[in-house]
Amino acid sequence: MKAIMQAEPKPASERTEYQEFVVPVVNIFETGDGYALEAEMPGVNKDGLEIKLEGNEITVIGRRATDPVNGELLLRERSAADYRRVFELDPAIDTNKISAKMEQGMLTLTLPKSERVKPRKITVSD
Amino acid sequence: MNLTRYQRPELAWPGFGRLSSLRDELDRLFESPWIELARTSQLLSGWTPALDVHEDKDNFVVQAELPGMKREEIDVSLHDGALSLSGERKTEKKYEEAEVYRTERFFGKFQRTVTLPAPVAADKVKAQYKDGVLTITLPKTEEAKPKQIDVNVN
Repeated sequence: MKAIMQAEPKPASERTEYQEFVVPVVNIFETGDGYALEAEMPGVNKDGLEIKLEGNEITVIGRRATDPVNGELLLRERSAADYRRVFELDPAIDTNKISAKMEQGMLTLTLPKSERVKPRKITVSD
Repeated sequence: MNLTRYQRPELAWPGFGRLSSLRDELDRLFESPWIELARTSQLLSGWTPALDVHEDKDNFVVQAELPGMKREEIDVSLHDGALSLSGERKTEKKYEEAEVYRTERFFGKFQRTVTLPAPVAADKVKAQYKDGVLTITLPKTEEAKPKQIDVNVN
């Protein structure tokens, strides 16, 4: 067990080849008007957030605001890695109207559907 | 086994969350270097926020990941040298009528207790909630701080 535990993960600044990420947990809801996506990224604020839209894929990257704590580590359950997750979008979403809000480490993405796709009543004329 | 938290698999199956935290608990049992810090956490409770604990010569610092909560929903208390964090995250009303695609986030009550290896000054404890991380700084009492002892040779 000890041999496996000896490998210390390198801090993000020293990694050159690729960066390891942690997958943030999300809740996704759909209403008639659109989708709402909540992603938990504690330690990330607005400045560390990067949202990229490519085709029908949206990539969310959250970089932690580093606030190093001095002293000896007694217990570690948090990850030091940044967050990353990719989502495939429903074509019904109007990508121009996507909005994002970041509050206390939680990102809320609102993805409205295009007008013509929304459920609509069709009145029957006599 | 590494020191980082197990990432939850991307499944929207309610039962899976509990298996992940059982796995977390078993992982933690084997992390023997941290034995001096006794910790009670509830197995299969569903939601156990991740904690980091640091110690320097003057303070203990406990950081808990609690994203998307309000300050009023979090409760911090110190009793007999044990720091307790608890609270409840209520489901948001606006989503009650929506169709749910994925629920990976935990809701409901949580509780974590950390037993500190040295006494702290309860009246000087500070807590800050920023970017979804609750940081609690507990200053050690004077007796608990490391001291230099002069050795006299006669």
